[in-house]
Amino acid sequence: MDIFVQQLINGLVLGAIYALVALGYTMVYGILGLINFAHGEVVMIGAMVALSVIQVLVASGIALPGPVIAALGLLAAMPVCMVLGFAIERVAYRPLRNAPRLAALITAIGVSILLQNVAMIIWGRQYHSFPALLPSTPHQLAGATINDLQIFIVLLAIAIMAGLLYLVHRTRLGRAMRATSENPEIAGLMGVDINTVISITFVIGSALAAVAGVMISAYYGIAHYFMGFMLGLKAFTAAVLGGIGNLAGAMLGGVLLGVIESLGAGYIGALTGGFLGSHYQDVFAFLVLILVLTLRPSGLLGERVAERS
Amino acid sequence: MHRRPAFGVVLGLTLAFLLSACGKEAPPPPAPKAEAPKPPPEVVVKIGSVAPLTGPQSHLGKDNENGTRLAIEEVNAKGLMIGGAKVRFELLSEDDQADPKTGTIVAQKLVDAKVAGVIGHLNSGTTIPASKIYHDAGIVQISPSATNPKYTEQGYQGAFRVMANDVQQGKTLGDYAVSKMGAKRIAIIDDRTAYGQGLADEFEKAAKAGGATLVGREYTNDKATDFRAILTSIKGKKPDLVFYGGMDAQAGLMVAQMKTLAVKARFLAGDGAQSPEFIKLAGPAADGVVASSPGLPLDKMPGGKGFTDKFTAKFGPIQIYAPFAYDATLTLIEAMTKANSTDPGKYLPELARTSRQGVTGPIAFDAKGDLKNGPITLYVVKEGKWNPLETVGGDAAAPAAAPAPEKPAAKPAAAPAPAAEKK
Amino acid sequence: MSLFFDRWQQLKRDPRVVWAAYIALAALLVALPFVTDWAFGRAWVRILAFALLYIMLALGLNIVVGYAGLLDLGYVAFFAVGAYFYALLASPQFGIHLPFWLLLPLGAAIACTFGVLLGAPTLRLRGDYLAIVTLGFGEIIRIFLVNLNAPINITNGPQGINLIDPIKLGGFSLAQTHPALGLSFPAVYNYYYLFLALTLAVIFFSIRLEDSRIGRAWVAIREDEVAAAAMGINTRNVKLLAFAMGASFGGVSGGLFAGFQGFVSPESFTIIESIMILCMVVLGGMGHIPGVVLGTVLLVVLPEALRYLGPLQQALFGRVLADPADLRLLVFGLALILVMLLRPSGLWPSTVRRRELSADEDVARQEQATVYDASR
Repeated sequence: MDIFVQQLINGLVLGAIYALVALGYTMVYGILGLINFAHGEVVMIGAMVALSVIQVLVASGIALPGPVIAALGLLAAMPVCMVLGFAIERVAYRPLRNAPRLAALITAIGVSILLQNVAMIIWGRQYHSFPALLPSTPHQLAGATINDLQIFIVLLAIAIMAGLLYLVHRTRLGRAMRATSENPEIAGLMGVDINTVISITFVIGSALAAVAGVMISAYYGIAHYFMGFMLGLKAFTAAVLGGIGNLAGAMLGGVLLGVIESLGAGYIGALTGGFLGSHYQDVFAFLVLILVLTLRPSGLLGERVAERS
Repeated sequence: MHRRPAFGVVLGLTLAFLLSACGKEAPPPPAPKAEAPKPPPEVVVKIGSVAPLTGPQSHLGKDNENGTRLAIEEVNAKGLMIGGAKVRFELLSEDDQADPKTGTIVAQKLVDAKVAGVIGHLNSGTTIPASKIYHDAGIVQISPSATNPKYTEQGYQGAFRVMANDVQQGKTLGDYAVSKMGAKRIAIIDDRTAYGQGLADEFEKAAKAGGATLVGREYTNDKATDFRAILTSIKGKKPDLVFYGGMDAQAGLMVAQMKTLAVKARFLAGDGAQSPEFIKLAGPAADGVVASSPGLPLDKMPGGKGFTDKFTAKFGPIQIYAPFAYDATLTLIEAMTKANSTDPGKYLPELARTSRQGVTGPIAFDAKGDLKNGPITLYVVKEGKWNPLETVGGDAAAPAAAPAPEKPAAKPAAAPAPAAEKK
Repeated sequence: MSLFFDRWQQLKRDPRVVWAAYIALAALLVALPFVTDWAFGRAWVRILAFALLYIMLALGLNIVVGYAGLLDLGYVAFFAVGAYFYALLASPQFGIHLPFWLLLPLGAAIACTFGVLLGAPTLRLRGDYLAIVTLGFGEIIRIFLVNLNAPINITNGPQGINLIDPIKLGGFSLAQTHPALGLSFPAVYNYYYLFLALTLAVIFFSIRLEDSRIGRAWVAIREDEVAAAAMGINTRNVKLLAFAMGASFGGVSGGLFAGFQGFVSPESFTIIESIMILCMVVLGGMGHIPGVVLGTVLLVVLPEALRYLGPLQQALFGRVLADPADLRLLVFGLALILVMLLRPSGLWPSTVRRRELSADEDVARQEQATVYDASR
């Protein structure tokens, strides 16, 4: 039983991590209908910039508490990512807004390759260990362990989701975003400056990416120029599972994907009498995804919208 | 309207032309040969180095390239006469992206460039298909790090490696786990790469033969960062030892996560994890972890300390396989010197007969091209450092004999007490 | 300019000119390996062979993405199925050595079945939802290839399958050097010619498909599925057919890849590979065969050509300023972005398709106007 609880906790935390990235993904998708393949790389850049700042702070010998150092790292990473996100949208996506949708997908892939290699040149090819700055006191819960950092990550993901929901549904800017997402041209006619709205969306999404990057690196204690790719892919899967473009869906999809992966890795062996093992974890996750999409073709919380094209 | 496609053609052709123009730059690299006034004619001999220089394994690839580069620079600095001419070695480094297809393309590229020998590739997955191309072209290949037994089982004369293969290493690790670490209930994790799976399978065989029970077999992948799910299910099976077949980045995080999940088992891994990166990533959890590495402890070998210092000063810390790439290069060059020829056909017999003392241990090849009776050293992490535990195989005499054959030319020989040092 | 343009239009219609152009092209393609080998080295002949292989793949994906408008991010799965099918039945793995002429069509048929297998559950999905399911499908196939070495060893797992039989046509082994007409034909040349022949067949097939009833049905579905259904098109069957056709092209090139390479392992069939094939299709111009061919050739050749960044720097600045390995993929990424920014519909888009795709009504109207002008 305690093993099962532990697997649930593992899945929940992993899911919160996916959700952190997926929220940024889904926000951009919600407004532009664009799969921002480069989002994972922005997460990576956030982690790397924060790491550099943290390394300098740690080396300088100034006695600051760990969380403060981490916060300073994040504070440095956020503007960098925001500028980056703004620039990506301005240079790589905006000129293609009226082009075939796949054109923007290819530039997104191009941006992703570009950022990876720039990061490789700046930070080198090796894995970096990310100092353990945040408290990780373990707690017992129904025979399983969960630590402060894990609790914090879950709460943070929920808080960010709540914040974004508030932003989108309760503020003027949010209304402009929804209008743009519904129909950019009409929104423009109604006095919404759609270029600004889209830029702001990217900037916010990138700031979130920085937060996600720092949290993920701090949690696992590792940062690497290639880390964005797998994260991006998983987050994309999570976002689609929940209904891409839907903020609560990204959260739900993330958590679900995390829990499915955990339980899959933990119990496939037992379920199939040892025939299949944890190497089929991703198969299991994708099968659940296919099943969900067969029953609900627009994801769990996605609205049934007519094909935009 | 019709002009657009025409424009496309023009653009395409222009691009193609530009590319071919780029392509044409290819032949000139061996140009700097023009310094004629030297009395003995200087010959440029090319040595290829292939490893992934982009992508997730590029840090290891660069490490291999640098090992080869250091060896070549040293030999060039000394100056070497082969076949009556002064030879200057030139490194041709190619990126195979750890992709088998790209591996064959760059292999053909090196063949075209008429390299005298190849040090590479890093992964077994690229080494095997490339070996066919080198074999067809009659070029000698020494891999510093491909450990899949199949590589040398293809019957190619010119395929060598300077590292114990998966079978040798897996067996050593399995025996060690049972007999020295007293493991009875073993859980195995591998990363589903050719290396990790190969090593884990051999380990499993040896450990089972030794009488241990396999309580869990779990799997992850070489890009994973979260192992909590499989570790939790392993925890439920209460093993006393966890073996991991895979690389350092995953092993490091795995050990750290084992600690947070309070999995109370020893951790054992192969050479892929025996790196300083591992210790950095695992943090305090690294203490007590055991991992093997083919060869003898570097700092106890003649020239080993010197190698570490030189390499570190030049390229930063050694990742994993740089010393092996270094050894492979020097072994290749030594065979050329002995045969007094840089023609693979001529020096191949000498290479097969090699018996020299490398920085990673004694190097000699068996009939297949595998390292003969290669020693394997086990290390344990203590206070944030890898400390040698014991060396298995390689003619138990090897460590003692090591200082003897090659006179310790390097300054104060750093190997006075290796034999006594066994803990 | 317009005079030149008119003249060109005239020339284009002259059958003699057309035939001369075809003959010149054919001569060029036949002579290409010799010229390339002489000018750049044999590695480039190998790159050309791979380019042909990828053209077949890209044309297969073009059916699914370009014609039928179904975004497929797991296309490499069919390539993998074809490759492993050939590898398993023509290698020491099971000790079975079936001949190439049998394996190639069978491989296509098996891949085709997998295509239907993927197509069936995804019929209701659209756009990005379809993309993620196909991506998942690609991963599932790869994961099975990696793991089916236990409990029964089928695929040999991550170790891959080695010593695959080279392709033999009758008694003619492509893996040997053959003398003919006073020239010598090494293995790579032989494969080049085989791939060339099959690529031409695939191109021909694609062209015929495009103009066929099925081809038009695909386009109709791509433009508006509901309207297509209303016009009496059986959208289910037509979509499945697109997946099946696309997959069978993938299966064929997979078999060729296995025979050419002599070794297959799951590493060759990752998501990145799928994404690259998609880039080839889109970069050149979706749904337009010459565009797809151009895009593929560029994307295969570009990363290889960028290896010369080192020597290029040497020539320009007298020394290597930046490690070419660092720059290679960076420039590649940059090129992807630039090409798409400058030519959003691809380098060589089909004229019809481009009009249809323009989301902006005004552009479409303008272009219609130009068409009108041109025809006047």
